[in-house]
Amino acid sequence: MDNWIYSLSFYGIALCALAGACGVLFLRNLFHAGLSLILTLFSVAGLFVLLGAEFLAGVQVLIYVGAIAILILFAVMLTQRLTAKRVRVFNRAFLPALAAAGLFAAAGIWLLFRGEPRPWERAVGGGDAIPLLADALLSKHILPFEVVSLLLLGALIGAIVVARKEETK
Amino acid sequence: MNAFVVGPDHFLVAALALFALGLLVTVTRRNAIGVLMGIELMLNGVNVALVTLDRSLAAPALEGQVFALFVITVAAAEAVVGLALILAVYRSRVSIAVDELNELSG
Repeated sequence: MDNWIYSLSFYGIALCALAGACGVLFLRNLFHAGLSLILTLFSVAGLFVLLGAEFLAGVQVLIYVGAIAILILFAVMLTQRLTAKRVRVFNRAFLPALAAAGLFAAAGIWLLFRGEPRPWERAVGGGDAIPLLADALLSKHILPFEVVSLLLLGALIGAIVVARKEETK
Repeated sequence: MNAFVVGPDHFLVAALALFALGLLVTVTRRNAIGVLMGIELMLNGVNVALVTLDRSLAAPALEGQVFALFVITVAAAEAVVGLALILAVYRSRVSIAVDELNELSG
C-alpha cells in the first residue's frame, strides 16, 4: 500500500514538472512562462522529497523558487513592453532543435535501458542524510565550499556593477 | 516487479525529459530571459539525476547531493549575473531578442 502511494505521488509530481517545462517552452507570454517555471521548480523539490533528500528540497524552494524565479519575474517585468505586440517567440531553428533534443532523449533512453549491468539497482531511498551531508560539506568538500562563497561575492559585486545606471559626469 | 513500481529508472527518465525540454527552450526561445529559463530547467534535470544516483547507489555516498548543492549555488550566481547583463543590454538596445544581438558576427 505504501509503495502504491509512493508511485502515485511520483507520477503526479513528475507530470507537474514536465507540464511546467512544456509551459516554459510553449507559452507566448514570458511572464506566464516564468510562472510555469515556478511550477516545475516546486515539482522538482517534490521529487527531492520522494528521493529522501529533504535538505535539498528545502534549498530548492528557498533558492530556486524564492530567489531565482522571483528575480526572473522581476527581469521580465522590467524589460517587457511586448505583451501587446505579436512578436515571434521562437527563432528559425525550432525544427532542427526539436530533432536534436529528440535525438538526445533517445540516446539517453538507449543508454539507460540497453541492459548493461548498472551500479544503482538498489531501490531509491535511505535514512536521514542531513548530518552526514553537513559533515561532508565542512570536511571533505571544504575547499569548494569556500570557493563558492567567493564566487557568490564576485557575482554580487559584478551584478551591481553591470546593472548600475551609468553616471553622467 | 512491474514497470509501474517507481525505481531509480523512473527518476532518471524524468530528469532526462526535463533536460531535453530545457535544451529545446534554450535553443529556440528568442527572448534572452527565456533562454535563461531553459538553462535553469536543464540544471534542474541534472540535479534530479545527481540526487537519484546519490540515493540509489549500492555503496552510500553523499557526493551527488553535495554536487547538487554546488550546482544550485552556481546557478544562483549565474542567474544574477545573466539577468544583470540582460538588463544592461535592454537599457542600451531596448530589444533582448538574442538573434538580433549580432554585432560580433562580421
